[in-house]
Order: sequence, then structure tokens, then C-alpha cells
Amino acid sequence: MLTSPEALIAMAGMVLVTMAVKVSGLLLANRLPQTGFIAAWMRHIPGAVLASLVAPAIVTGSPAEVVAALATALMFFVTRNLFAAMATGVVAVFLVRQALQL
Amino acid sequence: MEQSLSPPPWSAAQFQAGARACIPVAISVAAYGVVWGVLAKQAGLSLFEVMLMSGLVFAGSAQFVALELWTATPATLPIGPIILATLIVNLRYLLLTATMRPLVRPGTEKRSALAMWLLSDENWAMTVGEMARGRGSIAFLAGGGTTIWCFWMAATVIGRLVGSAIDDPTRYGLDFAFTATFLALLLGMWKGKADLIPWLAAALLAIAAAKLIPGSWYILIGGIGGSLAGAIAEWRRGNADQS
Repeated sequence: MLTSPEALIAMAGMVLVTMAVKVSGLLLANRLPQTGFIAAWMRHIPGAVLASLVAPAIVTGSPAEVVAALATALMFFVTRNLFAAMATGVVAVFLVRQALQL
Repeated sequence: MEQSLSPPPWSAAQFQAGARACIPVAISVAAYGVVWGVLAKQAGLSLFEVMLMSGLVFAGSAQFVALELWTATPATLPIGPIILATLIVNLRYLLLTATMRPLVRPGTEKRSALAMWLLSDENWAMTVGEMARGRGSIAFLAGGGTTIWCFWMAATVIGRLVGSAIDDPTRYGLDFAFTATFLALLLGMWKGKADLIPWLAAALLAIAAAKLIPGSWYILIGGIGGSLAGAIAEWRRGNADQS
């Protein structure tokens, strides 16, 4: 079976709502003022969203993610290299999780 | 950060730079893609449906949620709930695409809006990291999105074809690749004490929201709350300076 009309409708709906949200964000931002409070608010969104993505993934209740986050930060400050920081984080979280299982 | 200069025009060099910059993080996207493909087979999606959904919807977390609702028999497919869940999970993109505004050149609004189709958390984060250094462009975003799209498509198809016994990415720490990359990007964006309040507020709100509310609401709550806190702090400092 290739697909069904129901599945096609569901997927078309998924595509439409996703694109609607993405395009509205850009268009709404275009209409907002470029100075003042709103502009200051917009300026702080990238950092706040990144912090929101990262924080719950670090504070999980297990020390593995905390240790790995510290290792990632240390490596980034030393090398300023994104890939080195990522690789350090992955290796660190892997090692600490293994150690915790022993 | 103030990009008073007009953003760079579309260029192949920018597209390639974005495509290359996103390869490391695309590897962990692929790890999750394989897992999604395996789950998609269990949920009863055909190979064709996997390709359609990955290729057109192109939104990892929404696709995972859709699988939880999917049924193998078309007659019982909860179409409305699937679309509604997709909308809710993807609402965070409002914030992400809004931050791309400084990159839109006058006269390219339509093309830029279409390019948002290729925006995912990962290439957004890489582009925002570039913007913090006064670089970045819609072409960079699209290049990164193309890399992520190819990895996501290939991985979900492989997962669907292999269909079993794929290891959990957390076993190898691959889940942490996103977190580590986003953390390093965030640290690279540090510009001074003014960032402390919004970041801390965002982190605390997100941690609390992630614990209390299921789904991806924590990104919106932390993102809006944290950025508002930053703007209020800035506004109060400005008032204090004037008086």
C-alpha cells in the first residue's frame, strides 16, 4: 500500500500549519517597530530561545549532563571551536553515563 | 548585534558556508531520523508516506508526535488531532523565524518567506550564531537547512527500511550533540552582563515549564519570558540613565 487519502490529508495539513507558523513569524516581525521596547525584546529572543532549548536538557536530575555541559563550555572557551565543543560534550556525556551504570 | 548595514545578498558562497557549518549537527539529526524511521514502520507508515512526511513537513518533534497518534488503518486516522498537535508543537517557530527578520533584504520578502520552509532548530541556531558576529544570511540559513533536510530524509528512509533493532541514540551520547552545540552557540553570543537576566530567566522558566507541561511549550515559555525580562531590564536601565 502506497498511501491513503486520509494520510495525504493529514500530511497536507501538517505542512500547511507548519508553514503558516513559520511565515507568520517572519511577517509579524517585519511589521514590528525597529526601535524601542519591542526591538529590545526581539533582540533578546535568540539568546532566550537557545537558553530554553539547552537548560532543561542539562538539568535532568542526572550528573552526566551537568558534567558534559561544563566540559563543553570549557572546551569552547579554550578553543572557540564549535565542533570541538560538541564532540567533547558527546564524549563526556557518554563516559559519565557509562560510569554511572557500573 | 546592531546590523545597521543591509544584510548580504543571496550568494552561493553563503549557501555553501551554511551547508558546511551544519554537517556536525546534522549527524545527530540523522541519529534521531533513523529512530523516527523505525518508529514510523511500527506505526504503519509506508515508505512513500515516510518520504512525504520527512520531505514536506520536515519538523522532527512534530513528526514524533504525529507517530504517537498515527493508526495503521486509514479509516481511524485522527486527522484533526494530528494537525492540531503539529500546530502546537511547531508554534515555537514563530519566535525562530521572527529573529530572521534582520536578514531579509527589501524586495526579497517572498523568497525569504519560502526559505523558512528549510528552517529547523539546528540551522536556525547556527545562523543566529553567525548573526551575533555580524554575519549570517538567508542563503546561509537555506544552505544549512538543505544539509539537515538531506540527512533527515536519508536517515528516516534508512530507519523505515531497516525497521528494527536500531540503538537508542542516548546510548552513545548522540542526544547531547544538540545540547552541546546549542550551549556553545549560546556562550559565543555572550556580549556582557545585559545577557545575564534574559538567559537566566529563560533557563529557569524553561526548566520549570519542561517539568510541568508536556510537549515543546517550554521553548516558547522560556523564549518569550526570558526575552521580555531582558527588554524590561534594558528599559529600566535606560530610564535610570535619563533621570
